[in-house]
Amino acid sequence: MPDHPRPDRAELIDIYRTMRTIREFEERVHTEFPGGEIPGAVHLYAGQEAVATGVCTVLTGDDYIASTHRGHGHAIAKGCDVTAMMLEIYGRAGGLCGGKGGSMHIADFGRGMLGANGVAAGGVPLSCGSALSAKVRGTDQVSVAFVGDGGANQGAFAESLVLAAVWQLPIVFVVEDNGYAQATGTRFHLGGKDIAPRAEALGIPAAVVDGYDVLAVREAAAGAVQRARSGGGPTLLDCKAHRFFGHMEGWDQQAYRAEGEVDRLRAEQDCLQLFAIRALEDEWLTTAEIAEIDAAVRALIDHAVEEAKSAKDPDISELLTDVYVTY
Amino acid sequence: MTRVLSYLQAVGEALRQEMQHDPSVVVFGEDNIGGTGCDGRLGNAWGPTQGLHEHFPDRVFDTPITEAAFVGAAVGAAATGLRPVADLLFVDFAGVCFDQILNQAAKLRYMTAGKARVPLVLRAMYGAGMRRGAQHSQVLYPIFAHVPGLKVVLPATPADAKGLMAAAIRDDDPVIFFEHKMLYFSHGEVPEPPYVVPLGQARIARPGRDCTIVALGRMVAEAEKAADVLAAEGIECEVVDPRTISPLDIETIYDSVRRTGHLVVADEATPRCGVAGDIAALVAEHAFHALRGPVRTVTAPHAPVPFTPALEDAYTPGADQIVTAVRATIPAFAGQERAS
Ligand SMILES: Cc1ncc(C[n+]2csc(CCOP(=O)(O)OP(=O)(O)O)c2C)c(N)n1
Ligand SMILES: [Mg+2]
Repeated sequence: MPDHPRPDRAELIDIYRTMRTIREFEERVHTEFPGGEIPGAVHLYAGQEAVATGVCTVLTGDDYIASTHRGHGHAIAKGCDVTAMMLEIYGRAGGLCGGKGGSMHIADFGRGMLGANGVAAGGVPLSCGSALSAKVRGTDQVSVAFVGDGGANQGAFAESLVLAAVWQLPIVFVVEDNGYAQATGTRFHLGGKDIAPRAEALGIPAAVVDGYDVLAVREAAAGAVQRARSGGGPTLLDCKAHRFFGHMEGWDQQAYRAEGEVDRLRAEQDCLQLFAIRALEDEWLTTAEIAEIDAAVRALIDHAVEEAKSAKDPDISELLTDVYVTY
Repeated sequence: MTRVLSYLQAVGEALRQEMQHDPSVVVFGEDNIGGTGCDGRLGNAWGPTQGLHEHFPDRVFDTPITEAAFVGAAVGAAATGLRPVADLLFVDFAGVCFDQILNQAAKLRYMTAGKARVPLVLRAMYGAGMRRGAQHSQVLYPIFAHVPGLKVVLPATPADAKGLMAAAIRDDDPVIFFEHKMLYFSHGEVPEPPYVVPLGQARIARPGRDCTIVALGRMVAEAEKAADVLAAEGIECEVVDPRTISPLDIETIYDSVRRTGHLVVADEATPRCGVAGDIAALVAEHAFHALRGPVRTVTAPHAPVPFTPALEDAYTPGADQIVTAVRATIPAFAGQERAS
């Protein structure tokens, strides 16, 4: 491996804990959702944990990410508080955005998480902006723009690639190609197999990355982040990943997926399982350590859900705060 | 024999009948079929296009998430012989393709002195109530009504949804068709044969002699509830549903105000530079002497739509505020209320 060290044991444990936290969070939101206490639109990240985790493990607390409508994983990997996230998803006082944002708008600027986004590719230009900001302010902060395969078809994404290339911005575009935009397959909507060549056409280094393997993502991200941090400009990582749940909770019967597709993915293409098997084989972790992490994570998520269920609604006076001008 | 359909089914029936009637009608948007390019069954579409591709496999398309391109393509196709019905999903996404609506669709006919016509329908889901947050709940019709060259339609009932969609498709100009997400599963009587509700004709949803309530979209049903409450107190409200805000049937509103002498406008949009203020201003300018009390408007507050139900419910105007506004505009009654 080139310019960056292999992850040490502490980082490997962190990587596992982060991926497990995302998975547990999402599985739990999925089981809680039919109870009716979680309002609105929730898009789950389960299956794609290796991408958020592999990227964010090479970022510092000061670096920026901009996320998508499927943003819980990015937020957790960037260090957002899971209880405050859960409160937000339940729309409660004390939520990360005071209950005014919800799942699709979780943001934590203090941790460099510039927000999930309700608009496909809506966050990508914002990342160009945080990258410009770092460059002008003379810091070495790096910005990461997450976008789906579907969102990558937006003009805003294409234009952001151009701007980043021309301004040589310290940015990494991370495409998460999970095979679908809602119910429409990439085979139909992408106009080609990969997104990577779109960046290459502009002189932006790009790679297709196995988003099932967190260490492959980490390695690609480490190179890209180092390039950005050292003034080498933008990179695009085209990560192939898998979505375990439907597009959106409570809505999607997934009739468009092949018979048994999700079961097969869960059995054969689960990034957590892959990591755990390797961790045991290479003796980074013992079975007991894994069980211990799993139990701690479960307790954390249990606590978050309990807090969210018992928390109060935001006060009505919040309706007109942060509007700049009211009449 | 009466036949009851949901608002959503009524829009779908209009699409199907108009496609049957006119081979130049094409329908497209994200997941308007649903499942294209996937290994399972097609048909994950929800909403009015569900099942449509089975009847018209060559005229219903899924699109990539490329609103600027496909809305623009709808404009170009409309100008060259088709009648496209393009689906924005949430009207909030107009943000990413506004040029094609504002500078292309709206301007072609005028700039070419009528050489080009743009018979396009842009379907746009709007409104608060579904806990979708600030980027999926806006009520943006005033922005479109502000632009000369666009027609803006907001059906309040299933029957009007069908008839107005048929009219919008047959119209030779670009029509933005606003579908309230909270009305999709409301039901009403809908005649089966094709019919048209002309653009620019208001409907008197309920006659009354004491106060005119002009209500838009989802607010029509709220105004009717308010009218029930007020009727029990002896105030007879006339509920006017303009059905289209561009063109706006202002004459029906003037006529009603001339009969009642009082006006309340109920509009779910934010208050500044909006339709409620516009109607109030038109009445003040052209029917001032008919007024026997101040005009009142009932709108959302000047704020984005909050996510959490507690705040979203407080955000959305409804029957209670309409009742209060009517009482406040009828001086005798306002006095009575103070006394009680
Ligand atoms: C501009 C815009 N158009 C349409 C939508 C509706 N929408 C929300 S998510 C989505 C699919 C996104 O697919 P992708 O980018 O691949 O992300 P994934 O859901 O697979 O994570 C669509 C069409 C939107 N949010 N924004
Ligand atoms: Mg996708």
